[in-house]
Amino acid sequence: MRKFITGLCLLLTTTTFAASPEAALDARATRLEEQLRCLVCQNQSIAESQADLAMDLKRQVREMLVAGKSEAEVRDYMVERYGDFVLYDPPMQTGTLLLWLGPFLLLLGALGAFFWRLRQRGKAPADTMLDPAELARAHALLNNDAPHTDKPA
Amino acid sequence: MKITLSHHRDARGFALGPFLIFIALIVFLGIGLTLNPREIPSPLIDKPAPAFALPQLHQPEAQLKLADMAGKVWLLNVWASWCVACREEHPVLIDFAKRGVLPIVGLNYKDKRADALGWLQQFGDPYTTSIVDAEGRVGIDYGVYGVPETFLIDGKGRIRHKHIGPVTPEVLEKELLPRIKELQGA
Repeated sequence: MRKFITGLCLLLTTTTFAASPEAALDARATRLEEQLRCLVCQNQSIAESQADLAMDLKRQVREMLVAGKSEAEVRDYMVERYGDFVLYDPPMQTGTLLLWLGPFLLLLGALGAFFWRLRQRGKAPADTMLDPAELARAHALLNNDAPHTDKPA
Repeated sequence: MKITLSHHRDARGFALGPFLIFIALIVFLGIGLTLNPREIPSPLIDKPAPAFALPQLHQPEAQLKLADMAGKVWLLNVWASWCVACREEHPVLIDFAKRGVLPIVGLNYKDKRADALGWLQQFGDPYTTSIVDAEGRVGIDYGVYGVPETFLIDGKGRIRHKHIGPVTPEVLEKELLPRIKELQGA
């Protein structure tokens, strides 16, 4: 039994080692495919998609990597043909500046509005004070509602 | 029992901000409705058309190369027998071909030869030449992602326009013909 397990372990290690260059290529290809959008089913990457075009593009990615192209070269190849849309991570350009900076602008605006409101509030404390008529009304209501009385509210 | 202390504040000032944001949101959503997310602008417009050398559908031993079309303004129409929308545009192309305005090259995309030939026999053949891209490699070079697609290529071999989806009579008259006339006049 022990021999069998040792043998099995050895067998497993050899196969893993033998597959390693291919596995490395596979990992690179998959990483790239996850960054490329499928143009037919636009909310999937070509790694996830089973669309015909996605299969063709995956084949293209693998062929280019096998031919020794770098990942940047494969990405450029796709952008040349399908435009920036094919990238899930859009590059920073004049056209996408609002996309990248928009959230920070919104945050700044929200913080600005928040502090402005705080200052306004600090400046006008009288605003929250009651005038004598209100004060009298409040007293009347509170007394009306005082504990240990059996009067109906 | 109600005690309201806030009636000194200007209630209008509170409501105006959210209301304006709401209006802006409605305007953006309204604009979004008029856009078609399926139509992705091609980066190939005004760039040289990618070279190809493909076998012809009717004579597989003969090829058509991009260079063979040099000096002509022509249309490259990507189609397939499995493509439903291609049936819709086919009669439009047949009629247009009869007018003899310019050569129309048919790129039979990821199709079986027998199916493609049968299709043309059944529905008519508007193409000056039909070429075969069985594996879709030239399709990738041209950024094809949804058949049918139609490219307008000028005499210098540059892509000048791309139409995604079926060519309707309206697309032909308003989108393609004015550009064709302009290119042929130049």
